[in-house]
This record gives sequence, structure tokens and C-alpha cells, in this order.
Amino acid sequence: MDQQELIPHLFRTEYSKIIAVLCSHFGINYIEVAEDIVSDTFLTAAELWGIKGIPENPAAWLYTVAKNKTRNYLKRHQLFEKKIVTDFKNQPMDTDPDIDLSTTAIADSQLAMIFTVCHPSVSEEAQIALALSLLCGFGVQEIADAFLTNKETVYKRLKRAKEKLREENIAIAPPSVRMVAERMETVLTTLYLLFNEGYYSVSGDHPLKKDCCMEAMRLCLLLLGNPLTDTPATNALMALMCFHASRFEARTNSKGEIILYEDQDTRLWNKDLVEKGIFYLNCAANGSQLSKFHLEAGIAYWHTHPEDNKEKWEAILQLYNKLLMLEYTPVAALNRTYALAKANSIEEAIAEAEKLQLTDNHFYFVLLGTLYEHLDPIKAKTLLQTAKEIARSESDRQLIQKKIAELGEKH
Amino acid sequence: MKDFLLLFRADYVEYAKRSPEELQSMTKKWMDWIGGIAAQNKLADRGNRLETGGRVIRSGNMITDGPFCEIKESLGGYIVIKTASIDEATEIALGCPVYQIGGSVEVREISLM
Repeated sequence: MDQQELIPHLFRTEYSKIIAVLCSHFGINYIEVAEDIVSDTFLTAAELWGIKGIPENPAAWLYTVAKNKTRNYLKRHQLFEKKIVTDFKNQPMDTDPDIDLSTTAIADSQLAMIFTVCHPSVSEEAQIALALSLLCGFGVQEIADAFLTNKETVYKRLKRAKEKLREENIAIAPPSVRMVAERMETVLTTLYLLFNEGYYSVSGDHPLKKDCCMEAMRLCLLLLGNPLTDTPATNALMALMCFHASRFEARTNSKGEIILYEDQDTRLWNKDLVEKGIFYLNCAANGSQLSKFHLEAGIAYWHTHPEDNKEKWEAILQLYNKLLMLEYTPVAALNRTYALAKANSIEEAIAEAEKLQLTDNHFYFVLLGTLYEHLDPIKAKTLLQTAKEIARSESDRQLIQKKIAELGEKH
Repeated sequence: MKDFLLLFRADYVEYAKRSPEELQSMTKKWMDWIGGIAAQNKLADRGNRLETGGRVIRSGNMITDGPFCEIKESLGGYIVIKTASIDEATEIALGCPVYQIGGSVEVREISLM
């Protein structure tokens, strides 16, 4: 890896670690101070490494420089004596604080940060933006790309979220039994949304998409590393992510276009990830709690089976039935209807689909078009054209156009 | 949107005597029916299935076994759905698999008071 690639790579892997440790040290009021110090550290690296060459252990170099910068900052601003000590009266006075950047300390700090970011006072949208920024080291522009919005919006969203955390005076602390009870669901949902942002996002193909998913999995592993947060639902979420991630290589072609599930080359499905998923799904079977992650992991598990038989689709249908009884989402309703066509009959699925009336959702018309494909190709084409008209992204329009063209070839 | 209680009644004692395959196929029909209501976002409460048998208590500490001494049909379960009108709720109730075992559905609007 040359310097051109190394710094962005280290930024991705180390930025959030140092941020987490510094934030845990300073407290929530000084997130921006921590961000400034770490950004400045990377700036120094970019300048110095260009002249002097890359140090032997770049990550360790960054840690040392970040520590020194923190020390200088504290001395210069006498922040430690004036503010932090009064905030944390019980802590010993120390003008030369020991910033612990060991692997354990990093893991503990990041776990604490996950729980801070996922505080219920912060809106869901802002939680994901904060998670991407503070936990995954994504830049404002990158977050803007992921959300299909501009830098200003993301910047404002992050600023508001940080203000909110300050107002509520949320402590950055290792999760306690009570915090786990109160926030675990939000934590898992945030990681789930983070993963989905990468996996299903409308904003087309972007190398960041995969990073988003990998980061969600890394944070989920962090949760599994702590006995308090290693819950059946966490294991189920990890299983779900492994099963989905197993199709990463198969779901896009060389041009970066999405390949639909039924058209994928199953040889490209990653067997190791499927096995890991099964391992976590078994771990998730402890206890009596059945979360939506259990059901979704079950659905994802069946999708790792390449066969197209009734048994598979019947299992998927029943899992979707249960999922919908637990929580309604339009996506689950549409997918359930597709499974109904496969497990029961197309006629029954059409009758059920027409009851859904999700007429502002282009996937609704894609589903109807798919169901009518053989029964009434002309109607199917009209439905797909409606889907194309209301589709919101270029990649979706391309996919639908492809389906229309295929329909024309067959009939 | 209003909430409607759907009460399912059937001869569940007789029903339980059916073959395991028949019972499983009925379970699937129930799951598919309720799943379909949930897919329309019209399931307010998935409700509960009731065990057969029970006690009825009347004034004067009169306790009797089961609500079904005289009638064969007993309450087997309930769900709550949310629809715009009782007609829409009835339309949904028409799809219930309970009729296949000779049962009935009672649709009642839940009073907000």
C-alpha cells in the first residue's frame, strides 16, 4: 500500500478508534475537541510522511502523535484543570493524563460510544449519521453520498445531534445492565439500519456501500464481545448480516449494476459467511426472546439455499407472516406476497397483492408486474411501466427497464 | 380507523380429534390469513388462542366447568383488526379459515369509552 492509499485506509480504520478513546476520556461535551485533535493528527501524518517516508508502524505513530497533541491541547487550554476536573470531581487530578490506546481500551471506548450515539434522545436519522461519523470514520461528504443529500445537511444534522447529546449530558460510559435494558433495541436497530444503508441503499453503486456493511458487522462483533450485550438478538442480527453479506460478490456485475437474487451466480455466494451466519443463528436460539432480527435472520438463512422449492418458500412465507405480526413494514408486506406466490399460488398472491394498495411504492408495481408475467404479459408490462415512472433512482429504473425488455423477449 | 375485535367460535373439542396433517394444514391457513391482514397493516393486535375448557363464575359463587355445557361452539381465540368500517372488517372476516371447521366469527367494534 503506498502513501496515497495508506492514509485514507488508516483514516477509515483508526480515526474512529482514537475518537472513541478521546471522547471517553473528555466526555460528551468535547466531541469536537476530540475530532479536531484526530483530524490534526492525520494532517500531520499527511505532511510528515510525504517528506520523511512512512513510519514502521503507522497506526502506533498516529496513536503517539494523537496522545501528544491531546497533552499539548490540555496544557495550552488548561482545560483539564478548569473544566474536566470540575465535571469529573471524583477522578484524580492529572495534568499529564494517560490516554490508553490499547486494543482493550479501544474496544471498551467504542462500545461506550455505540451506546452514546444510540441514545433515544437523538433521532434515528441523526443516529446513523453520528454512527457513520464517530464510529466508522466516514467523512461528511461520504455520509452525504450515502444519504443522497448534501454536505450542509449532513453537517447540520451532525451538529444538532451532538448538541442534543450535550444538552442531555449523556455520559460516555461502558454499558450498564440498565443501559442495555433501555437502549439495546435502539443500538441493534441503528446497526441494522447502518447495514441496510449499505446493502439496499437507493444511491446506486458506491464503494462505500460495502464499507457501511462491514462497519456495521464490526460494531456488531464488538457487542458480541461483551457479556452484557452478547444477547440472542445481537447474535440474530449478526447472523442476518452474515447471510446477506455472503451474496456481496454475486449481487453486482462488473459494471456495478445490481443483479437480482434469482439471476445470481450461486457459485459466487460466500460459503464461509453462510457458515458463520449459521453459527450465530444457533447462538441466537438461546433464551425465549424472539426478536424481529431472529425472524429476518431466518428468512435470510433460507435465502442462502439456492434451490427453488416449496419447502423453502413455505418456511420463508411463515417467517414473513410472523415478522408482519410483530411489526408492519411495506417491504415485508411485498416480500411476503412474493413468498406466497411461490409457496401457495400466483392467483392467491395476486389477490393478496391487490389488497396491499401500496400505490406510491414502485416495488409494489414491480411485484404485481412479476406476478402477472405469465398470466397476462400485457398487463404485466403496463404495471412495470408504472413502476418505472415512479421509481426514484436511476439504478431502480434501469432494473425495471431490464425486466420490461425481458418480458418483451419472452412473449 | 376503528378497532374491531374478531372472536372465533367453533367446536374445538371435535376439531382436536383431526389428524396431525389436517391440524397442520389448518394452522398454515390461520397463519396465512392473519399474515395477510398484517401485510395490509390492518392487524392491531395478534390476540391469543384459548385453551379448550375453563371455568365460568356466576353470582352466588356458582362455579361451573367450561362455558360450553349446553352449546358445542366455544370461544377459541381472538384478534383485533383496524379498518375504516365494520363492512371492511366483515370483508376481512369472510376470509377466516374457521368456517372450514364449521365455526363462526363475531365482529365487534371496540368502544373507545
